Amino acid sequence: MNRMLEIRGLKARIAGNDILKGVDLTIRAGETHALMGPNGSGKSTLAKVISGDPSVEITAGEVNFEGHNLLEMEPEARALAGIFLAFQYPVEIPGVNNAAFLRMAYNAQRKARGQEPADPMEFDEILKLKREAVEVSAEFLDRAVNHGFSGGEKKRNEVLQMAVLEPKLALLDETDSGLDVDALRSVARGVNRLKTPSNARLVVTHYQRLLDYIVPDFVHILADGRVLRSGDKTLALEVEKRGYDWLGA
Amino acid sequence: MTDKNIRIEDLVNRDYQYGFKTELEPGTTVQGLSEDTIRFISAHKKEPKFMLDFRLKAYRQWLKMKEPRWAHLQYAPIDYQNIIYYAEPKAAAKKLKSLDEVDPELLRTFEKLGIPLTEQKKLAGVAVDAIFDSVSVATTFKEKLREAGVIFCSFSEAVQEHPEIVEKYLSSVVPATDNFFAALNSAVFTDGSFVYVPRDTRCPMELSSYFRINTENSGQFERTLIVVEENSHVSYLEGCTAPKFDTHQLHAAVVELVALDHAEIKYSTVQNWYAGDPATGKGGIYNFVTKRGKCAGRRSKISWTQVETGSAITWKYPSCILSGDDSVGEFYSVALTTGKQQADTGTKMIHIGKNTRSTIVSKGISAGQASNNYRGLVQVSKGAEGARNFTQCDSLLIGPNCGAHTFPYIDLQNASSQVEHEATTSRVSEDQLFYFQQRGISKEDAMSSIINGFCKQVFRELPGEFAVEATQLLGLKLEGTVG
Repeated sequence: MNRMLEIRGLKARIAGNDILKGVDLTIRAGETHALMGPNGSGKSTLAKVISGDPSVEITAGEVNFEGHNLLEMEPEARALAGIFLAFQYPVEIPGVNNAAFLRMAYNAQRKARGQEPADPMEFDEILKLKREAVEVSAEFLDRAVNHGFSGGEKKRNEVLQMAVLEPKLALLDETDSGLDVDALRSVARGVNRLKTPSNARLVVTHYQRLLDYIVPDFVHILADGRVLRSGDKTLALEVEKRGYDWLGA
Repeated sequence: MTDKNIRIEDLVNRDYQYGFKTELEPGTTVQGLSEDTIRFISAHKKEPKFMLDFRLKAYRQWLKMKEPRWAHLQYAPIDYQNIIYYAEPKAAAKKLKSLDEVDPELLRTFEKLGIPLTEQKKLAGVAVDAIFDSVSVATTFKEKLREAGVIFCSFSEAVQEHPEIVEKYLSSVVPATDNFFAALNSAVFTDGSFVYVPRDTRCPMELSSYFRINTENSGQFERTLIVVEENSHVSYLEGCTAPKFDTHQLHAAVVELVALDHAEIKYSTVQNWYAGDPATGKGGIYNFVTKRGKCAGRRSKISWTQVETGSAITWKYPSCILSGDDSVGEFYSVALTTGKQQADTGTKMIHIGKNTRSTIVSKGISAGQASNNYRGLVQVSKGAEGARNFTQCDSLLIGPNCGAHTFPYIDLQNASSQVEHEATTSRVSEDQLFYFQQRGISKEDAMSSIINGFCKQVFRELPGEFAVEATQLLGLKLEGTVG
């Protein structure tokens, strides 16, 4: 099958500290990958590199997405190409209405595809379906983007945005953190409903528990800036039982 | 960190698009300040004696006054002898019978500024008084307004045609000696707008004045008077621009509003004077103005809405004297400062009548090395039984080198009054911009979306089409080329 994302020999630093020290990773359409590892191993940094976060400095390696050199693209161009990051800490934007923000993002995508923008009425219809698919109440839409949201509400809002934008590659950065078990299940159901044979997911997490609900095809253990081991979902269970130490991490 | 800040800075410095100068044959100019200057202005305008007396009295008082230094502003002393107090391009000197006689170069200037004046092109539904340096060039829709009984003309014309109204209300709200700049204005003012709405009349269209300073070193001393009689209503909007010069120009205006019983005045400003060079601070307008309205009648209402984006320095406190029982004062303000701009702006709400109410919503946006200050006074006098005020003061900072301050003063002399004050300060962060970008939205769109979200409470108070204009104006000021 086609390689969607291909990372080769990636090295990156943040604020002068080397974080990624040579990462290789390939993701194909239809796959779900989990990225695990101890604190400070570089999991979130990898998600930042792919999405184009300006705080990360790339020092070596290449990242290709559907044949394009991702590292040469602006963050918004990457987003329009189909990369979505569900943020670990979604940013609050006071004064900007959530529904208006979603429509702006949706229409940016339509514009990039040469389509006419959706008017508010039309978008309302689309939004209603998406909202129901990911179990988010209408009340969410009238509030300012993430402003005054609880931790769990912010994560749900990320999944709602993901549903609206239908990315090819979704990066879920510790989407389970701060969620109770019911919220975790609901968020996972939302993510699973968005799964198709033509899209892919990279799930960054500390814990196996999220992977009970979002089942990965591949699990990678990242330690000290390198992929220490890759395997199937049983690798995550093994880590859960024995910790990272047995891997020499 | 520095790199990131530069990226944000790139978004806030766009070229000033109204900085062009109109080349006209110079006409009469008078430089330097003396009784002779004042006598010249008064004689040149063929003013009645009461006007000259008023001017000279104000001048003699001004000589004894000191320039105020209490504002949170820094600037070199102004040389009042170096200012041109009267600048009248030759083309505007003649008294014209119709708009068709206006010099085409002047018409082109206003057209370039988006203010077409000619019969064929003039803005539908908005009457415009266009003021160029010291003189009013043209006023549109005069006849149509006159049918409704509304007088809308230049101040100079009002002095000629309606001296009794001018004499009755001039300085009834802002005394000639109110403050240093008001006294200066009272001595040397040249032109401005005059509006009179008779009783039981709803002005059939928006009224608008457009101020343009063109001559280098000239001051613009605008005088505006709006009187609205019982049960009447008017909505008035002013706009301002000036060419780019390396020297500072002084704009010292006085605006007086009078609302009688059940009358309502809505006064909106979109101020976009040249702000000076964003890096060096060279040039730009000193906008030192006194604007005050008097709710003289019962249940009268005065509402100020201002969008202040230009000027090197803004010193401005549009205020309401709430004399009539149950009268209402409102102040909605967006003040944007970028580069080296400084603003010290706010309002005064003086509650005198019973059950008077006031609302203050101030939004300050500061970027670059700019300084943005809110200064407001809420005063409740002894007799103002049941007075209420609500104040909301929000500051938004863009980048690490700008500043915002609030100086709220509250003076309560009546225990039955209720006064609320809320204030917030927030910052546009690189994280917020990245969040938008990650959703496919450009930095420019992200910035204007954040700014418009911050300002919408104020923008919705502007008359329809001007809300769009204000949104675009802030967009222009804040969206630059991304580095």
